[in-house]
Amino acid sequence: MAMYNFEQKYRVRGGTLLGGDLFDFWIGPFYVGLFGVSTIFFAALGTLLIVYGAAIGPTWNIWQIDIAPPDIKYGLALAPLKQGGLWQIITICATGAFISWALRQAEISRKLGMTYHVPIAYSFAVLAYVTLVIIRPILMGAWGVGFPYGILAHLDWVSNTGYQYLHFHYNPAHMIAISFFFTNALILAMHGGAILSAANPQKGQPVKFGEHENAFFRDTIGYSIGTLGIHRLGLFCALSAAFWSAVCIVISGPFWTQGWPSWWNWWLQLPIWR
Amino acid sequence: MAEYQNIFTRIQPRGPIQTVPLPHGDDTRLGGIHSHLFGVIGDAQIGPFYLGRLGLASLICGFIAFEIIGLNMLASVNWNFVQFIRQLPWLGLEPPPPSLGLTLFPPMNEGGWWLLAGFFLTTSILLWWVRMYRRAVALGMGTHVAWAFASAIWLYLVLGFIRPILMGSWGEAVPFGIFPHLDWTASFSLRYGNLFYNPFHMLSIAFLYGSAVLFAMHAATVLATGRYGAEREVEQIVHRGTAFERGMLFWRWTMGFNATAESIHRWAWWFAVLTTLTGGIGILLTGTAVDNWYLWGMKHHIVAPYPHMGVPDPGPLSAIGGTGAVK
Repeated sequence: MAMYNFEQKYRVRGGTLLGGDLFDFWIGPFYVGLFGVSTIFFAALGTLLIVYGAAIGPTWNIWQIDIAPPDIKYGLALAPLKQGGLWQIITICATGAFISWALRQAEISRKLGMTYHVPIAYSFAVLAYVTLVIIRPILMGAWGVGFPYGILAHLDWVSNTGYQYLHFHYNPAHMIAISFFFTNALILAMHGGAILSAANPQKGQPVKFGEHENAFFRDTIGYSIGTLGIHRLGLFCALSAAFWSAVCIVISGPFWTQGWPSWWNWWLQLPIWR
Repeated sequence: MAEYQNIFTRIQPRGPIQTVPLPHGDDTRLGGIHSHLFGVIGDAQIGPFYLGRLGLASLICGFIAFEIIGLNMLASVNWNFVQFIRQLPWLGLEPPPPSLGLTLFPPMNEGGWWLLAGFFLTTSILLWWVRMYRRAVALGMGTHVAWAFASAIWLYLVLGFIRPILMGSWGEAVPFGIFPHLDWTASFSLRYGNLFYNPFHMLSIAFLYGSAVLFAMHAATVLATGRYGAEREVEQIVHRGTAFERGMLFWRWTMGFNATAESIHRWAWWFAVLTTLTGGIGILLTGTAVDNWYLWGMKHHIVAPYPHMGVPDPGPLSAIGGTGAVK
């Protein structure tokens, strides 16, 4: 059921990392696997706890719902359920679901004879999340420095955390991360545009292929990285954006406690200026 | 499986410089060399480059803007080259002060140079846009790249031209300079009540992050199916092969939904384009239609409740007809 006409020949047994053949089946379009089961378990439990947190909170307004981490006074201890304990369990559930999802991607990669680029790439996003809510709180000694689970609440957290370091734009790792995000969007537009413009040519023209994609960027900007290279560059930029995002927050607090603008004083004080 | 992860090109065949013919009447292309280093990750061939009159005019205008900005920065440290390098990240070229409004010819040292640099930079960018459009047509291709570029130009024009005109002052525009433009961004957000409450800013960031997610998903999928020839994407569009069948099934089995060889590039194009399109709308509304995004968020009941701090809020809550939300 629910299959593409070419799908049947790809639906073969094997390739699982754990659980053997036990969960080696599909439900509709979804592959299950042991890690599909663990994903569902963690995701369902975490979601239910968020709903419970909203139910005992002051509002059902989707924008305002806020599951806050424990107060700083609890340090790295477990907090009472309604004073941040929910946040702690939800964090465990989210981390469990994300890791399960990555392992599930690895199993599906194996099934389809693919290398592991997708689960490795996804791990960078998980790393950024874990850095925010586990690594940095441990380094700073309190779960309370993690970000709250709420649409506007987490924006307030970003704003407040940024201003604790006076001006976060001066954080060098933040600069690198943003540069990678912007570059990523730029080359994504260029790549998407190049493929679409080759496959959808001018009226009456035949469809164009790699030679024309190359010619377009060589003509306009002097270099075309090529059909394979653009995907290497794109993956590098996207993963670098996530990686440096994690770096820029993990150094704020554990390794630098002043305002970020004054970090740059070392440059002004280099002996070479004398 | 782990031995070949498709990160580097291991064998580089070397042939003559590759080109496709241009229409009659176009200029001839310049240069064209091979670089082994470039070939390790991307294509080994650099160039040939099509300069043309539009390209030449654009580069000259861009160079003039670059020189105006650089020389103004150098002048601001009394032409001391060592201090120029030392203080470079802090140096800037500021727009005219608010008192001069939209004056077209302010004194050169009070924003005149900023206006001139902005004129040349804008001219350079617009000429480059026409060039991108015409080069695509010359090759018989669609003009998708040029229209995506137009979305970025929209954000640039809103920041430096359209919004300052609506606000009645060039002083509203962004200064040139590394730290100065970061300072402008921070004070802009503070002045208008925290841009995080601006829904178009939210959308723009969602598309920016979404672009990173999409490119990671797409690029990783193509690299992971590289052994089946996935990087020949237009071939996969017109005649789907096992490479994209596997890539499609990967996402279908993972998240129940998948794009195709063509549609993934439409997703990509739109996510990137919407980043600057929504960003420009968010900037355009700030100060013109909305004076304080925090109060706007309060009015529309999206701001999360704050804990009671015992400090009276200095904000003009009476302006939105309510005092009950923050005590």
